[in-house]
Amino acid sequence: MSPSSSSPLHLAVALDGAGWHPAAWRDPVARPRELLTAAYWSDLVAEAERGLLDFVTIEDALGLQSSHVTEPDRRTDQVRGRLDAVLIAARVAPLTSHIGLVPTVVATHTEPFHISKAIATLDYVSTGRAGVRVQVSARASEAAHFGRRTVPPFRFEDLESPSVRELGVELFDEAADYVEVVRRLWDSWEDDAEIRDETTGRFIDRDKLHYIDFEGRHFSVKGPSITPRPPQGQPLVTALAHETGTGAPFRLVGRSADLGYVTPHDAEQARAVVAAVRVAQDAAGRATEPLHLFGDLVVFLDDDAAVAVARRERLDSLTGHPYTSDARIFTGTPVQLADLLQNLGQAGLSGFRLRPAVIGHDLPAITRGLVPELQRRGAFRESYEADTLRGLLGLARPANRYAATTV
Amino acid sequence: MSKPLKQIHLAAHFPGVNNTTVWSDPKAGSHIEFRSFAHFARTAERAKFDFLFLAEGLRLREQGGKIYDLDVVGRPDTFTILTALAAVTEHLGLTGTINSTFNEPYEVARQFASLDHLSGGRAAWNVVTSWDAFTGENFRRGGFLPQEERYSRAREFLTTAHELFDSWHGDEIVADQESGTFLRDAKAGAFVHKGQHFDIEGQFNVPRSPQGRPVVFQAGDSDEGREFAASHADAIFSRYSTLAEGQAFYTDVKGRLARHGRSRDQLLILPAATFVLADTDAEAQERAREVRRQQVSGATAIKHLEFVWNRDLSAYDPDGPLPDIDPDLGEHTIARGRAQVRMYRDPLATAREWRERAAANNWSIRDLVIETGNRQSFVGSPATVAETIDSFVQADAADGFILVPHITPGGLDGFADTVVPLLQERGVFRTEYEGTTLRDHLGLAHPDASAPGERVAS
Repeated sequence: MSPSSSSPLHLAVALDGAGWHPAAWRDPVARPRELLTAAYWSDLVAEAERGLLDFVTIEDALGLQSSHVTEPDRRTDQVRGRLDAVLIAARVAPLTSHIGLVPTVVATHTEPFHISKAIATLDYVSTGRAGVRVQVSARASEAAHFGRRTVPPFRFEDLESPSVRELGVELFDEAADYVEVVRRLWDSWEDDAEIRDETTGRFIDRDKLHYIDFEGRHFSVKGPSITPRPPQGQPLVTALAHETGTGAPFRLVGRSADLGYVTPHDAEQARAVVAAVRVAQDAAGRATEPLHLFGDLVVFLDDDAAVAVARRERLDSLTGHPYTSDARIFTGTPVQLADLLQNLGQAGLSGFRLRPAVIGHDLPAITRGLVPELQRRGAFRESYEADTLRGLLGLARPANRYAATTV
Repeated sequence: MSKPLKQIHLAAHFPGVNNTTVWSDPKAGSHIEFRSFAHFARTAERAKFDFLFLAEGLRLREQGGKIYDLDVVGRPDTFTILTALAAVTEHLGLTGTINSTFNEPYEVARQFASLDHLSGGRAAWNVVTSWDAFTGENFRRGGFLPQEERYSRAREFLTTAHELFDSWHGDEIVADQESGTFLRDAKAGAFVHKGQHFDIEGQFNVPRSPQGRPVVFQAGDSDEGREFAASHADAIFSRYSTLAEGQAFYTDVKGRLARHGRSRDQLLILPAATFVLADTDAEAQERAREVRRQQVSGATAIKHLEFVWNRDLSAYDPDGPLPDIDPDLGEHTIARGRAQVRMYRDPLATAREWRERAAANNWSIRDLVIETGNRQSFVGSPATVAETIDSFVQADAADGFILVPHITPGGLDGFADTVVPLLQERGVFRTEYEGTTLRDHLGLAHPDASAPGERVAS
């Protein structure tokens, strides 16, 4: 089930270092020495909240950034080093009041028990604004940071080889199990489990706490969580899905996510991607559940299109080659971008996650240029209409899977 | 010349998942909502405390095969709540208990380094170990660690984490927009660790944090735990809050430091301490008795007796006499997920002694548990409590205390308002924060202040 195509668009921004262009940190507005400070991140999220955006995502990885998909690059001319994304989100949560906070976590090398309580706690400290973006890691170098599993090294050219395809399927299927565990743990306490009954001396009604007893190929988890059910019941689960030969990323979104990020480059591709994810959603038996699909776009945004082009060319000249991305790269004005978003929206996307090429420039261009333009068209909210992230996205607070239902 | 007065260190333990915490009191608030944590942290900072302390348990406790329901149950994720608290405080240290058994060094190191960055240098790590398969059932590899290897893993975990913290020196990020050099050194963060428990290598991805490394706490009390503290820790969270026990522990642990090439001021000893305040000492004693009755309900008393008896005693009346039957000496099966059960080494002797004391005093089961259980460390008027705390510290029973209030979140307010000013008047507690990092508050040197392999006395 997709949200109605006539509904206003939803907007998120993807925060990563100084921006998505590898030379973003060299732009005069960038603050490259402050990327590891609380002040930097709280300024960015405050700006996004001023623009009434639905949420921010925060990139992360369990290794240094690299320009190579599969291995470290040892470069010294790009931003290297980062902070834990869940903790950045936690740090800005008390300073904001409406915007959703969606950090990235890597399922491949972490414990679903730890992440479940971390995101539940993010939901508590933000009073209902937490989400999570689940990612897998196929990098041998990152596996070596943990020493718990062996991931064979491979080259970018080998991405479609049978062994690498098999690895991808395994990692995405494991991530689906991971999300299942995280979600069961969120539900492992019923909402009214805490009773404080002085007569019997009981703090909780333990019949309302549940073992999750998950047993899968990669791990078993007993439960219950040590953290009570979070304010949203189920914080938002999101994942980025590219089209692959195996379809594994679409299966993850179809089976496990409330919101998927996709990377179509035009309306036709958007329709095809939406259809493919809906097939995966049906196959997972979730056809009637809401599943948002957001288009990812890199944006160079200026009031004058020529200025945006010149800015992109200047950054490309600093790196010595044109910037490329899995997502479509938009270069132009707020009016042009609003046209594009509405066009893609009609193809079945309910919102967009914009990746600012230079955060210090393109984030304010989104909040102060694009947002007013969409508002003029009646395509974006005039004020926050809900207090939780699920609420902003029109998603109901889910019933607890373990609660006894009264018929 | 008289010895200069020692400055007292004070910390606040967020009320825990145990029966010290009184949830039934009308003043008791939420144990999970952020506003409770924010209230508690702000009180501690208003009182110029060194740090806030959070405990952790990674599996809900069970007794008789069922989830234990008489105490507060449920807590937040340690890293997430501490980092959020960094947003509502400016100076307060943030100490989290993190298990070295069910975590991996790369992830924990980046979480502590991130907390240290995001708090401007206020992170501390209370390193704990566990081995039980019970807790392991919540994690990928289950109960993989033999009990005798838990400290060996903890030591190697901490050593490995230090290698990761030290893989960045702090001068790598140049970020020269003109020349295009972001990093001075392509190998920043490079590490290799080949050991018994960890075989890892690569590049750490969090650059050097303000404190270099988080402050390290240790809480175990065994001989191995004390050695671990003497060799690796900056502070000990101990359980000895009486004068005599405190002095014995203090002497023992401080005496171990020289063997590890460390000076006596490089390890702080900070016992947990409970307190009850009232206008007069007599009122405080009366109030303390009431609090103990709140802490030990009839149902709680039966459950505590089961720790010793290792049997289901639910048929017994808490207001009646102690059981005639003897404890079950088989494998301890009654309670899981708590350390308390290991305190009774000889259950038969304990049971005999308790029966005798109960008979002599005409105590019921509940009376017995109240009387033998933890009495509050400091009970009295603010003047009495301030004087006692000061005298304990000056007499080398401690370097300060980690206070454990019994009410969430307001249980620290009275101490902050009445005892702290008296300690300040005595000249033994700060009136303003003098530094910005937790190392500054604790008087610990920055790790970079000493040459590699060498420690410098502050």
